[in-house]
Amino acid sequence: MTDTSALTVGDVVAEREYHFTRDSLVRYAGASGDFNSIHYRDDVAAAVGLPGVLAHGMLTMGVAVQPVVDWAGDPARVTDYQVRFTRPVVVDPADGATITVVAKVGAIEEGRARIDLTVSFDGSTVLGKAQAKVRTA
Amino acid sequence: MAVNPELVGRQFPPIPPYLVGREKIREFSRAVFATSPLNLDPDAAREAGYADVVAPPTFPIVIQEHTLAQLLAEPGAGIDLTLTVHGDQRFSYTRPIVAGDELTASLTVTSVKSLGGNSMVTAETVITDLAGEHVVTSTSTLVVRSAE
Repeated sequence: MTDTSALTVGDVVAEREYHFTRDSLVRYAGASGDFNSIHYRDDVAAAVGLPGVLAHGMLTMGVAVQPVVDWAGDPARVTDYQVRFTRPVVVDPADGATITVVAKVGAIEEGRARIDLTVSFDGSTVLGKAQAKVRTA
Repeated sequence: MAVNPELVGRQFPPIPPYLVGREKIREFSRAVFATSPLNLDPDAAREAGYADVVAPPTFPIVIQEHTLAQLLAEPGAGIDLTLTVHGDQRFSYTRPIVAGDELTASLTVTSVKSLGGNSMVTAETVITDLAGEHVVTSTSTLVVRSAE
């Protein structure tokens, strides 16, 4: 774990890329219990006017915090985590979808750091106000 | 059909106890691309001072799903899952979830708003241990589009 005294607001603590395939969505559906069919059926997605099968927002949220967990060295150090889902991640049946995560120090207080995440897909951010509070002491 | 505004303030009864399994945590961890040994390896977790593997930060959604199912099953709630997208989500922890925990959860609808043709429903699921001690609060806002 990084000593907070060595942290500065704006520091990039992690930067990662993740590739989602339709398999990722099915795996996440089973693991989470979210079987909304817009996450695996093209016909249902089309019928309700979506541009395609979408990744579960919660998959994107769950994956986006992993670089923070790795940086912190312990998943339990993340004591608060919030996001706003601003754009969908459309997962192509053949090519999948790649998201990038940049984790920056947003604020530092005693024993805690707020890490702000920028999560992008296809050139646009897909999460807003994505913030994880991390216990550093 | 719009979401029924009378749902605001409605608290659903606690779900039956949910026993957090080691393999469920490992399965969920793999599904969110987690690589921390504390999520996956009981020995590593014990060495770090935990009773068993530690759940990833977003794991409470698994338990929250059971409370959301109560809300979706509510007659006249007006929430069509295929027209529903997730607006925002927050997890606020008092302590981590580890395998072996027995937890319960109760959902309260805290807000229903109409915005254009959409309804926004905010539901707060408070997850506690069986002694009633707070573990984590999982708050979701769902955006329900109105069917044409």
